[in-house]
Amino acid sequence: MNNLKKIEYSLKKRKRQESRFKIYGLLGIATAVSFLCIILSSIFMEGKKAFLSTYIKLEVYFDPDIIYTSNDQKEEDIKFANFQKIIKNSLNSFFPEISDKGELRKLSNFISSSEEENLMKLVLKNKQLVGQKITLWLLASSKIDVINKNPDMELIAEEDRLISDLELNWLNEIRSANNIKSNFNKNFFVKADSTEPEQAGIWGSLVGSFFTLFVTLILSFPIAVAAGVFLEELAPKNKFTDFIEVNINNLAAVPSIIFGLLGLAIFLNVMHLPRSAPIVGGMVLALMTLPTIIIATRASLKAVPPSIREAAIGLGATKFQTVTHHVLPLSLPGILTGTIIGMSQALGESAPLLMIGMVAFIVDVPGSFLDSSTVLPVQIYLWKSTAARGFVELTAAGVMVLLSFLILMNGIAVFIRQKFEKKW
Amino acid sequence: MTEKIKIKSKNVNVYYGQKKALDKINLEIPTNKVTALIGPSGCGKSTFLRCINRMNDTIDICRIEGKIIVDEEDIYSTEVDPVLLRAKIGMVFQKPNPFPKSIFDNVAYGPKIHGIVNSNDELEELVIYSLKKAGLFGEVKDRLNDTGTSLSGGQQQRLCIARAIAISPQIILMDEPCSALDPIATAIIEELIDELAKNFTIVIVTHSMQQAARVSQQTAFFHMGSLIEVGRTDQIFSTPSQKKTQDYITGKIG
Repeated sequence: MNNLKKIEYSLKKRKRQESRFKIYGLLGIATAVSFLCIILSSIFMEGKKAFLSTYIKLEVYFDPDIIYTSNDQKEEDIKFANFQKIIKNSLNSFFPEISDKGELRKLSNFISSSEEENLMKLVLKNKQLVGQKITLWLLASSKIDVINKNPDMELIAEEDRLISDLELNWLNEIRSANNIKSNFNKNFFVKADSTEPEQAGIWGSLVGSFFTLFVTLILSFPIAVAAGVFLEELAPKNKFTDFIEVNINNLAAVPSIIFGLLGLAIFLNVMHLPRSAPIVGGMVLALMTLPTIIIATRASLKAVPPSIREAAIGLGATKFQTVTHHVLPLSLPGILTGTIIGMSQALGESAPLLMIGMVAFIVDVPGSFLDSSTVLPVQIYLWKSTAARGFVELTAAGVMVLLSFLILMNGIAVFIRQKFEKKW
Repeated sequence: MTEKIKIKSKNVNVYYGQKKALDKINLEIPTNKVTALIGPSGCGKSTFLRCINRMNDTIDICRIEGKIIVDEEDIYSTEVDPVLLRAKIGMVFQKPNPFPKSIFDNVAYGPKIHGIVNSNDELEELVIYSLKKAGLFGEVKDRLNDTGTSLSGGQQQRLCIARAIAISPQIILMDEPCSALDPIATAIIEELIDELAKNFTIVIVTHSMQQAARVSQQTAFFHMGSLIEVGRTDQIFSTPSQKKTQDYITGKIG
């Protein structure tokens, strides 16, 4: 009876211990989740602004005197016409009271410089426009865009603000005439990098990432699976294979920038492959991904129960048949999961790519594996390190795009695992 | 003994690394009879069984000395291909281990890899024949496309037997085939073994002395890596000549 009392007493203590342990666990998870929420929401709050851009409504007069500089009204004239002046005049007609040259220049900076080319193309396509006056929504420049999206910025003192009081007054006048609107930012999804935030897009680096990862997958998957199968199933266990195994495990822990240096030294300086090209980036990332996939391959081969191997060998299957008919299919979900995890690591990698020149400022969307290009994380890094205020939002939006691709890839990994996993 | 001898082992020693697992085993196994290998855990009976179809080759640290002669041929000589040998000597394992494929594919796998059949019709015929031989066909005929792992333990083990006999081996090795099964499933398998003994030479490792007594015609008793005694089953269980055998079958050791 006395013993039972003691047990009862200690049981209370043990129960308390257990509930304390539970609380610690919950606290840990809550902290992690709240940090994640803070990070994601701050990225989202900033990034969502980049998906909209500001447009200003203007009466544009395609002045024949400005467009046709020669008498015979050639197409060449349109190409070299001073559309900047047309935009300036349009703005001036909205603010007729402004006559000072400096002020007019400031005013013309309200509209993105990309609109000059757009107007030129519009006229080239439709020459009857010359001499006409039409109403158009023109893309605002980045600083107007930023002020328009962040109303609280109007409250800061003039010297710290992006635009002067005068410009702010003009903006307010445009607003009160209802001549300003926010619309979907198409540029962000179709263009590559630019010095002007309102013209910069993620598409170029997305394509660069795609080309790079494609090369990575094509190189690393077959090599790594072959290596993993060989080491796990076929290689004799001796000092040499032990040595290889230790080295593969070590390689998985090597800082990725080292692989970049290797790529620089061998692929660029010895093999003279093109600088900044996805093919080289893909090769470097493949080196980095190899150990990850090899380790995943070996782990999932090991997880196949020996009874399956014995069954096949007992029936007279050769080693090769045992592996290809039974062991490899059963371990494929694990191998694929490991591969996708390796690939998402590669997608998020920037350091090794800096070494081989994929950090360059690239305005064109790459068209092949040999074109100069950049990748998503490097693009984010480039935008983050650019001074113009408009890039802050682009950076966050770039992070959002990168994260969505990572989530997508990991989702595919989970799907594959659940779909193809076999029970025995 | 006057029977035809199928398997003959001569001075077989087996080492796992430094440890000697079997010591000078000399054993003759008659054709188309059931031979039971009995003995306490770790006595080497499974090791000996796995020497007969060279399954021990897959274990790196395992080393075998001596000769095992099957049909006048030393299976450890360099001319013998272990893959071919295993086609001739089938094996059923302790834990039922069907492939995670359909019931049909489980049985069809052996004939397919060895190229035994020429057409799909022939293959189907062979699969049905093997399943019938293993006494399983009646239970699974409507669901040959279900996975083998969806069957009960006893059915899985019979599926493994069907899979083994589909390549028509001459010898079937069984490594405690009933140890994971309930008594009813065990009884079914034992009946099956009786039936199979008409066409196959069967070597069965078992922990159950009753099972050895029920299914076998010859029994070999192993202890601590040595073959203590071998003889007709009824004689081993009634009048063993060795004291150790006596002790084991009466439950004093083991």
